[in-house]
Amino acid sequence: MIKKQALSDEILMQVEKPARYIGNEVNSVIKNKEEIDIRFCMCFPDVYEIGMSHLGIQILYSMFNSFEDVWCERVYSPWTDLDKILREKQIPLFALESQDPIKSMDFLGITLQYEMCYTNILQILDLSQIPLLAKDRSETDPIVIGGGPCSYNPEPIADFFDLFYIGEGETQYRKLLDIYKENRKAGGSRLNFLQQASQVPGIYVPVFYEEEYQDDGTVKGRKKLYDKAPDTILKEVVMNVSDTFYPTKPIVPYMQVTQDRVVLEIQRGCIRGCRFCQAGQLYRPVRERDVDVLKKYALEMLENTGHEEISLSSLSSSDYSALNELLEFLMQECGKKHINISLPSLRIDAFSLDVMSKVQDVKKSSLTFAPEAGTQRLRDVINKGLTEALILEGAALAFQGGWTRVKLYFMLGLPTETEEDILGIGELSNKIAAVFFDTVPKDKRINGKVQIVTSTSFFIPKPFTPFQWAKMCTREEFLEKAYQTKKGIMAQLNQKSIKYNWHEADVSVIEGILARGDRKLAKVILRAYEKGCMFDAWSEYFHNDIWLSCFEECGIDPDFYTVRERMEDEIFPWDFIDCGVTKEFLLREWKKALEGKTSPNCRSQCQGCGAGRFGGGICLSTSAQAENKVGVSL
Amino acid sequence: MKIRIKFKKYGVMKFIGHLDVMRFFQKAIRRADIDIKYSEGFSPHQIMSFAAPLGVGIESMGEYLDIEVNSLTSTEAMKTALNAVMVEGISVVSVKVLPDTVKNAMASVAAAEYQISCQKERTSDITDVIEIEDIERKLAEFYAQEHIFVVKKTKKGTAEIDLKPHIYKLEMIEAVNPFSEISEDIKSESITRVISMLVDASSSGNIKPKMVLEAFYKYCGIALPTIPWQIIRIETYTEADGKDGKAFVPLEAVGTDQ
Repeated sequence: MIKKQALSDEILMQVEKPARYIGNEVNSVIKNKEEIDIRFCMCFPDVYEIGMSHLGIQILYSMFNSFEDVWCERVYSPWTDLDKILREKQIPLFALESQDPIKSMDFLGITLQYEMCYTNILQILDLSQIPLLAKDRSETDPIVIGGGPCSYNPEPIADFFDLFYIGEGETQYRKLLDIYKENRKAGGSRLNFLQQASQVPGIYVPVFYEEEYQDDGTVKGRKKLYDKAPDTILKEVVMNVSDTFYPTKPIVPYMQVTQDRVVLEIQRGCIRGCRFCQAGQLYRPVRERDVDVLKKYALEMLENTGHEEISLSSLSSSDYSALNELLEFLMQECGKKHINISLPSLRIDAFSLDVMSKVQDVKKSSLTFAPEAGTQRLRDVINKGLTEALILEGAALAFQGGWTRVKLYFMLGLPTETEEDILGIGELSNKIAAVFFDTVPKDKRINGKVQIVTSTSFFIPKPFTPFQWAKMCTREEFLEKAYQTKKGIMAQLNQKSIKYNWHEADVSVIEGILARGDRKLAKVILRAYEKGCMFDAWSEYFHNDIWLSCFEECGIDPDFYTVRERMEDEIFPWDFIDCGVTKEFLLREWKKALEGKTSPNCRSQCQGCGAGRFGGGICLSTSAQAENKVGVSL
Repeated sequence: MKIRIKFKKYGVMKFIGHLDVMRFFQKAIRRADIDIKYSEGFSPHQIMSFAAPLGVGIESMGEYLDIEVNSLTSTEAMKTALNAVMVEGISVVSVKVLPDTVKNAMASVAAAEYQISCQKERTSDITDVIEIEDIERKLAEFYAQEHIFVVKKTKKGTAEIDLKPHIYKLEMIEAVNPFSEISEDIKSESITRVISMLVDASSSGNIKPKMVLEAFYKYCGIALPTIPWQIIRIETYTEADGKDGKAFVPLEAVGTDQ
């Protein structure tokens, strides 16, 4: 039977892309409401095409729906056209599968992938007719849960959530749901549930704490309002990633989404330890999936979806130890079935170029390098283990292989950056262009030229990185740096082969404020939403002036969060969360950075970051080393 | 070997646009493990041709696509395999093997038949202004005109065209909504009066049902409703030689079971 839709035909015909709101996709799960104890709705607070491309939700969706007593559904941010209609007609936001209102669910789980989606969380709650502040919710409102990378500093949005799940979802959700069921059976209240939930590892219940401040506005400490609430929350990790939930029947959208392909997550974590990178610290330790399991998953997922493309996912695929075996298997299987392989950013060497030339059209594809900084000195500061020699060698190999397009990624505003580092961006781009003219003889140059696209983003210090103490640049400093970069590129001999793009400064500044923010920011986010901010991650909908006016109205100085350099002993708003990596380790790395000293990667030498306590992954193979050598590396 | 697939599209699937339906079938054919032929070249694609694109919001009993395959167990087996991987709102009605000489689906299309409902319960409809009996009379008058000129937007601006020679049939009939048994959305299964039309759907003279309706509204002197009509495409036809010369036959009629 075709279900009744939450939206009338008239509305669906009015909106830009009705396929965003009708559900009914291949592999989406429909269950009989009568046989279900718990209704869970997963949300990605951005538009459907973005949200549907996220692997994390697919993993949790398939995990929840594997539980017989749970029906997990999805919701995404209605685009601005439908948003307006829902408000006008007071239609409550609904889940795609059942088309039932979100407010009738037991749980609403929101994934927090980037700071600029914070106003969209409020949009989702508001359209669902759920009170925006957790403290205002009644017994019948869903329990609102946050998770994902931004939940590692939940304080700016703590007031909007009933609880946060810190870490990987595969481990504790079953326990949490059982507690919920038992509490309901026993006639317990919402508060009773939250109290019990606070005892579950990885669960943070913000309403049980108050942040206290020093006179200068920094955090003094945290007051507990429920004595059994834990002092620190240790993140959850799955230690055996080969034997856990995996979405072998992912949902296949009708409309073209950002990630319109099978995604194979080959490992979690990263051995590299780049000092600006938050994911590299949050997801430690590195855990590889068994290659035979991956081969099986790949075939099953292709069969179950009919996708014509498969892609590998990880923070640094080149470091996966069985990469060659996996790629050779995929090339053989996919070749037979006319399936494309889309390669993630691989380290450019003879092997990866050989693989790429087999699966991509060399003439059409481009190669990507991410040196991140213009000089070796600054690359050492950020611990980016990529040297100029390696880049130029890789480029020469690629040009010999027929590639003519190279993309380069850099960051501006990194700690200790000087004018020389900025000029280095142009110089390195120029050298790569020169390598082309040196390696490819004139008669063999396709189109006669090389195209270098150099892009810069602005560096934003993030919690749980060695740079969490660093000062962030002002908008004006950022723009000046971008201007200097452009000038530096224009001064190069091969400047005609180099195209330069830079990121917007305004949105970077707001992101920087929210990233290292505290609870005081909740009222600014709320105010910004009330004044119409939404889809801040979309440049056409980002209103810097409104954001700035909200800071002023709330009496909050944005510079406090960005341009201030933090003291070594400052208590951060996120210190109560334990992501496995210790603050001592991060501080050691911060000091080494300022001295321009690099640290080896996890595989070559353990640095004693603290993630060894999880007792698995790469730490097992290097733990003996850790005990012997960590003292030395101090 | 050329294969013609006939399918229905109804319910929420009417909101899935033509390009997305093509992508849906590309994936479905892989899920069903159909031995489809691929084109040559660096990025081979499935050899597939759709008959007549269906506008968003329109349901259909008679949609078609042609594919080429390397092998076939039986047309019945292929139909079963495809239906096993369909979704609610798209189902395969028939699979036929085409003679090699037949033109592909898109080139074969000659006409399409539509059914447009005049349901009272819709928020704003022609029946708010005119009684059903009047519609029947007006429709007959409208169709009896020698010319039905409309202004059509073209690449170069606008052009006046005569719809009359492209409308092969236009009348009110009594019919049951063919999807009433499978949709919660349709309130009654009872027979209703509907506008039935058979119009040119060939690549050179394609007429959208909406154009005819707009012209009819204008003829009646009433404003266009703000809501979409409920339109169902009943069948898509090709032209074939019959006993009495050329005749319209459903696209599936030129194929055979195997």
